[in-house]
Amino acid sequence: MPVITSAQAQDSYDVIIVGSGAGGGQTAYTLTMEGVKVLMLEAGRSFDPLTEVAMFQLPSQAPLRGEKTPDKQYGFHDCSINSGWDIPGEPYANAGKKPEDQFRWWRQRMMGGRTNHWGRITLRNGPYDFKPYTQYGAGFDWPISYDDVAPYYDKVEMLIGVFGSNEGLENSPDSSPGVLMPAPKLRVGELYAQKHAPKADMKVVSIHRAVMSVPQDAEKLPAKLHPGNPKAQSILADSMRSRSPCFWATDCHRGCSIRANYDSQTVHLRPALATGNLDILPNAMAREVTVNKEGKATGITYIDKTTGKEGHVSGRAVVLAASSQESVRLLLNSKSSLFPQGLANSSGKVGKYITDSVSSSFSAHMPAFEGMPLHNEDGAGGPHAYVPWTQHEQNRKGALGFPGGYHLEFTSGRQMPSMTVANGFDNLAGRSGVTYGRQLKEDARRYYGCRLGFGAQGTMLPNEGTFCEIDPDLKDQWGIPALRFHWKWTDHELNQVRHQQKRIGELLTALGGKFTKPPETDPLKAIRSGGSVIHEVGGAIMGDDPSRSVTNQWSQTWDVKNLFMADGAPFASTADKNPTLTIMALAWRMADHLMEELKKGNI
Amino acid sequence: MIPPTPSPLLDRRTAIQWMLTAAATLTVRDHSALAAETPGATASARLPAKGYGPDPSMVKFYLPGDVWPLTFTESQRRTATALCDVIMPADETSPAASTVGVPAFMDEWVSSPYPGQKADRALILEGLDWIEAEAQKRFKTSFADLQAAQHIAICDDISQAQPKPEFKKAASFFKRYRDLTAGGYYTTPEGMKDIGYRGNIPQATFDGPPIEALRHVGLA
Repeated sequence: MPVITSAQAQDSYDVIIVGSGAGGGQTAYTLTMEGVKVLMLEAGRSFDPLTEVAMFQLPSQAPLRGEKTPDKQYGFHDCSINSGWDIPGEPYANAGKKPEDQFRWWRQRMMGGRTNHWGRITLRNGPYDFKPYTQYGAGFDWPISYDDVAPYYDKVEMLIGVFGSNEGLENSPDSSPGVLMPAPKLRVGELYAQKHAPKADMKVVSIHRAVMSVPQDAEKLPAKLHPGNPKAQSILADSMRSRSPCFWATDCHRGCSIRANYDSQTVHLRPALATGNLDILPNAMAREVTVNKEGKATGITYIDKTTGKEGHVSGRAVVLAASSQESVRLLLNSKSSLFPQGLANSSGKVGKYITDSVSSSFSAHMPAFEGMPLHNEDGAGGPHAYVPWTQHEQNRKGALGFPGGYHLEFTSGRQMPSMTVANGFDNLAGRSGVTYGRQLKEDARRYYGCRLGFGAQGTMLPNEGTFCEIDPDLKDQWGIPALRFHWKWTDHELNQVRHQQKRIGELLTALGGKFTKPPETDPLKAIRSGGSVIHEVGGAIMGDDPSRSVTNQWSQTWDVKNLFMADGAPFASTADKNPTLTIMALAWRMADHLMEELKKGNI
Repeated sequence: MIPPTPSPLLDRRTAIQWMLTAAATLTVRDHSALAAETPGATASARLPAKGYGPDPSMVKFYLPGDVWPLTFTESQRRTATALCDVIMPADETSPAASTVGVPAFMDEWVSSPYPGQKADRALILEGLDWIEAEAQKRFKTSFADLQAAQHIAICDDISQAQPKPEFKKAASFFKRYRDLTAGGYYTTPEGMKDIGYRGNIPQATFDGPPIEALRHVGLA
């Protein structure tokens, strides 16, 4: 079973999955390795990470030196096609007019979705992150605890390959022994920050990323992940042997043709296809979840983008993994006499409680790095270290004015130059005009690689003012009603950003950094707008009360028991951790439950 | 990897432009304009240039002019080339900007169909014309043919933090042109080497910083 066209789709499948990214990929993998027949719909085209990613290309080999354009909104070589904040023919609206009320919605229309170009940072949500109401008196407790998810974090990490170290941090959990690959050595800027951060009462530790620092253990891991299933073990072992460890060059956002880092096709879809149990139908834009008289989901109506024709596929169960807001849109557009407010929306909570990482950043010039002996510090195409959140005690005392916390990601060093590489040299050199000629070349040699910047990513708990709904007028190019977003920052987020700016300033000062203007004190000027971090989750949150949530702890909708969510939609809040690893862990856990229910005949 | 020196393709393209420049009836010097002059060509050939679209081949190597036509006149191209080299001249360790294709990149940039470059197009085309006129006014010579000291005399006037009122507009042109030239230069292999970027090379292991680097920041 392979990548198919509409005409090749079979009459019925066990499970229909919408979306081929982290959540859809994990679900398809888990189900097909255990013999479940699956059809996956993907709105974008097929994409081959082996032949289509530009790993070694230089900016000078791209139009406009690879700079961002409306066609390639993260730059020319970024592994995102037919993707962006704005896609022609696929509009969305914002209800608020003020800049701070805007939500930006990144869509990725290609096989593998956003897993093609993500940063591969895989931090686990901690125990507090699942119980924010208990911990902070705000937001909603998830119906599951860290202990429910921990075994799935281990499994996902073993499957995808994650480097990092166990640091024994409060609320930033370790992995089980033997799960992580060795953390790569830190770069000089990371080591320098590690030495001096304690002066600002912070620490720098190795980060966790889905990049293989050594080959995967194809002898032992398959038996751990698929006990008693020799076929699955054999397929997984083959897949693991086809992957090479990192060769310490090129930016992970460009994708990875040697399969050293996780993307859905490399890790999930390849073995899933090898089982013979998966069909993937690309260029299929889902329009509606269909239901029968009993209120059970029967399949998906979609537009075949290659012909413009509508099609329908049937399954015993439906899993939505289209990305959180796209899945919400599907639910809201699936109206019927049984479900007049949209599918699975008897609570009225579909579309509610969207969150994103709370983020701001700040950078400085590091005089200590001037004249650094030249060396190659590409490393694993992204960060090797980060600053975890450690101010739990202050938070318990209520001293901070916001729940949760934030971690700091940082970049330093001599990265591949881009068009902005020489910006700011006049200021650094203290020159009053615009330097040119031989002096400019000397300045560039002196100041390149001496910038250090920190970006915060923090907790956001849901609020009543942040949600999406179907716009009464707006439709996309296929006539499918579009979303309208409402976004509101609360004092929690604004207080957090104030804290972020102040603390990053203190940290940079402790490192001897020089900045020309002080950290921003107006949080509305510093905060990145909603959706900008592309960590938006929620909209179909899980809970233990059907009147206040959309799904149960299994990401199974309360109203339609054969309808499941496998992307970020069931998240009841955003932690100070990047969401992708948790999306995969929850998807695996959901798929296990779905199989149980199929076996028991409950679905 | 493709060497950044001008290829025969680029030369041909440049030659076509010169030819088009000579054709006084044409106001837009690009391939589509050429097509429009060909008998049987349709009006659609005159449509403004398009970008590379949301699904370009990422693995292809592109040269300026491969996706949209270049638009410098011959005079602008000569001025642009000379100015690039005043800003990034050859020195003991690295070549001049024109040697590594920066002028063609500038032409690609100002010819871009994208909104991000639109403001630069007006600023730079007017700026190039201004600086040529200034050279003629001061020295009765093309900017491209001036002596080094004469280049500096003009560029010093328009690189001041507080330029004289008559140089204000030219100064904003010069700052932007300088930034684009530097960016265009340091994104080439020669520029990367000169600035000290040593990466983009696969390695069996990542060994972390060398001892000299650690010593440099007091870590060893």
